[in-house]
Amino acid sequence: MPYFPHTPKEIQEMLSFLNIETLEELFADIPESIREKARENFKLPKAKSEIEIFRELEEISNKNKGKDFISFLGGGAYNHYIPSVIKQIISYPTFYTSYTPYQPEVSQGFLQALFEYQSLICDLTGMEVANASLYEAGSGVAEASLMAYRINGKKDILISQGVHPEYREVLKTYLNGIELNYKEIPLNENGETDLKVIQEYLSNETSCLIIQNPNFFGVIESKIEYISELVHKNNSLFISIIYPISLGILKAPGEYNADIVVGEGQCLGSPLNFGGPYLGIFATKREFIRQIPGRLIGETRDMEGKRGFVSTLQTREQHIRRAKATSNICSNEALSALATAVYLSLLGRKGLKKVAELCYDRAHYARKKLLENIEDLEFPYPSYFFNEFVVKFKKPAKVVYEALKNKKILAGIPLNRFFPERDKELLLAFTEMNTKEEIDYLVKTIREVLK
Amino acid sequence: MKEIPLIYEISNEDRDTISLPQDIEFFPQEELPKELLRKDLPLPQLSEVEVVRHFTNLSLRNFGIDLGFYPLGSCTMKYNPKINEELAHLPGFTKIHPYTPEDLSQGCLQIIYELEKLLCNITGMDRFTFQPSAGAHGELTGLLIIKAYLKDKGERRNTVLVPDSAHGTNPASAVMAGFKTIEIPSDERGLVNPNILKKYMNKDIAVLMLTNPNTLGLFERNIEEISEIVHREGALLYYDGANLNGIMGYARPGDMGFDVVHINLHKTFSTPHGGGGPGAGPVGVKEYLTHYLPKPLVDFDGEKYFLNYNIPKSIGRVRSFYGNFSVLLKALIYIKLMGEEGLRKSTEIAVLNANYLKEKLKDIFNLPYPSLCKHEFVLSGKKQKEKGVRVLDIAKRILDFGIHAPTISFPLIVEEALMIEPTETETKYTLDNFVSVLEKINREIEENVDIVKTAPHNTPIKRLDEVLAVKNLKVKWG
Repeated sequence: MPYFPHTPKEIQEMLSFLNIETLEELFADIPESIREKARENFKLPKAKSEIEIFRELEEISNKNKGKDFISFLGGGAYNHYIPSVIKQIISYPTFYTSYTPYQPEVSQGFLQALFEYQSLICDLTGMEVANASLYEAGSGVAEASLMAYRINGKKDILISQGVHPEYREVLKTYLNGIELNYKEIPLNENGETDLKVIQEYLSNETSCLIIQNPNFFGVIESKIEYISELVHKNNSLFISIIYPISLGILKAPGEYNADIVVGEGQCLGSPLNFGGPYLGIFATKREFIRQIPGRLIGETRDMEGKRGFVSTLQTREQHIRRAKATSNICSNEALSALATAVYLSLLGRKGLKKVAELCYDRAHYARKKLLENIEDLEFPYPSYFFNEFVVKFKKPAKVVYEALKNKKILAGIPLNRFFPERDKELLLAFTEMNTKEEIDYLVKTIREVLK
Repeated sequence: MKEIPLIYEISNEDRDTISLPQDIEFFPQEELPKELLRKDLPLPQLSEVEVVRHFTNLSLRNFGIDLGFYPLGSCTMKYNPKINEELAHLPGFTKIHPYTPEDLSQGCLQIIYELEKLLCNITGMDRFTFQPSAGAHGELTGLLIIKAYLKDKGERRNTVLVPDSAHGTNPASAVMAGFKTIEIPSDERGLVNPNILKKYMNKDIAVLMLTNPNTLGLFERNIEEISEIVHREGALLYYDGANLNGIMGYARPGDMGFDVVHINLHKTFSTPHGGGGPGAGPVGVKEYLTHYLPKPLVDFDGEKYFLNYNIPKSIGRVRSFYGNFSVLLKALIYIKLMGEEGLRKSTEIAVLNANYLKEKLKDIFNLPYPSLCKHEFVLSGKKQKEKGVRVLDIAKRILDFGIHAPTISFPLIVEEALMIEPTETETKYTLDNFVSVLEKINREIEENVDIVKTAPHNTPIKRLDEVLAVKNLKVKWG
């Protein structure tokens, strides 16, 4: 066995030192009845060699035929370009085989990178404080609502139906714990969160309103600044869920006075990986810093006055505060946060803007081509959009989707995956990875399919 | 060593970015009204070579398992096989979008399915959810399952019992799940004592959360009686699987009477800890609780794997998508590499290493619980404290020898605790060296105490002032 390097002689020496004869004697404190059950039931396949495992895993990975398809899939996870630098850097063993920086003097590399990550997220979102990561966006939304409740003690959580349906499900699950009230706000005919309903629902009991921008259907919430104002006039908190790439061009949450910002950071340097690990981005205003969940890295000095970095405000955290902690989170997504720090450093202001423009460009090119070339389809939402939009067919979307699949195209997400009644619609996403040729091929194929 | 400047301090806004396609025609800014656009994007601008040097230099100031011994108690810092990394980077895995149709993502579904079967066998549970992304996330998930189950039975039980030796996440998760927590004291042996437990049991107790082996590294030998007491009162038993590495092949949580378990794949199953994450904290339950698991689960219909959303009483989701997939993949590869014999052996050697170190070190430090330990043990620096040296000083001095410090000041029931978990991947030579380092430090406390109290000396930076960090709270550049 390669991963326990002991020789039989060493094992013998160690056993003799312990005055025992067999390894089994080390388990004498486990009741025999339990050991016996384990002997009977702990039955696993025999070990395989690296060569066999390579062959087996390559075979399994080849069953994922989707890897060779042209993809227009989005809905919270996006196929963005990951510069080679990132994979190299997050593969440095001193980074990826380290753990939570409990000993800052030998963890300065990661701590400084996370301090830089926090700074970059603040700049990206226009906020004053960012934590060192949460798991992903869905649980981030739930943590944000719990934080709002800690801040103002009010029990109604309002959330737009423009928020990703899976994030909403996560929020509902979490709210069964602390038992807060969950209320959804529908979209209007333009696909934006309905202002009238917001006004109707805001009350003394409203803790926060949660909006995603651009929303799940790709629509830019054009009244977001006004909505934020309404929420604040009501003495409630405004929580904004972002698609970080869009902030290369779109207004930052800090510019419309968001109180808490949550985002899915996968798009900033992490592969799709069938849904994880991703990165929960979490930022807020300085005034709320003591209510923030998760780890926070701060600057300090060493005994000689040199700048260094440590985990700070640890009295918010479970290992110190236990039942009174702001969250139970311990392990987070530090390595994904590192990937994002490298990504944003590498692209910088110019690069991120360019990627955002490319995404916008591809999506608008596609919409124009679809509009020009295909009659039997419509766009249910006329509003502004960034890189994703809904198309509606006259026939079941499944038919179109399957036909395109036969041509090795993954035509986005059939909306009936989440909303059974919406069986004629697809949600299409475009990134800088999609070429105009791919988009032309998509349009041409849809045209053929609809004939 | 010199400070490494922050990326902001080497930024130059005239630098160009990486090369990207240039064929943009549809971004005439006019199309979007100005009020939707951002005014300014204040990110730094660096060249590729500057970015690479910056992060490479940072990586040289970080300690990982690949550099040396990392006996951080309760964290199971074992070696992470390299083959896991290479296979997890296969494009057939990394390129798969979570909404890829099932027939085009059969490989990913198979990975989850196979891992579930193996974990069921290892733990004696009936089904697993893979959504929880870390141990604490698993705890919350497990407690929400228990809460939903009790509610269904029409029971209102509001309290979670946790031993005073429990991980901090246990009470924190209980509160997030809407429970009160009560701490039960460990007995003089460091164990949950059935007679003490009985006094705490009543109709308000929903669940007892236990880590077994516990955080002192001791097996809760009365577990069968504990299980009986808890269940007789209508409560459930929750297994915190952080310490599973101490019992594989010798005891299964399911056989011990646990109803719900979480496992930290990044600990027992060797997936890298990534500087604090990603991890994975899958939750396993007994048959009668499977209807409450988060959805979807992965099932197999005889021909193909599929996502099963038909879970009638599901608590819902605890995150988007299906979990930290590539972590699951690495754990599966590890189990396949080790096989039944390998996993049992890894537990045996982990326990051998821990007991060997414990016996070697018990004369240098105080050993409050001198019985047989499992994968880890806890020493007390009480004697050293009397000489004015705190366990924090000792930890810092250990760093000077190219060794990561053990977990310190935890569990809370041991004064000046040093919690040591060597894992099975360390040689006898490494352990003996660690012993001589601690002997040397102990001598220094007698002869040259300042060198300990001002440690570390050989690290890239001297001891850092954590109080100052709170006082001058600065959590971003500028």
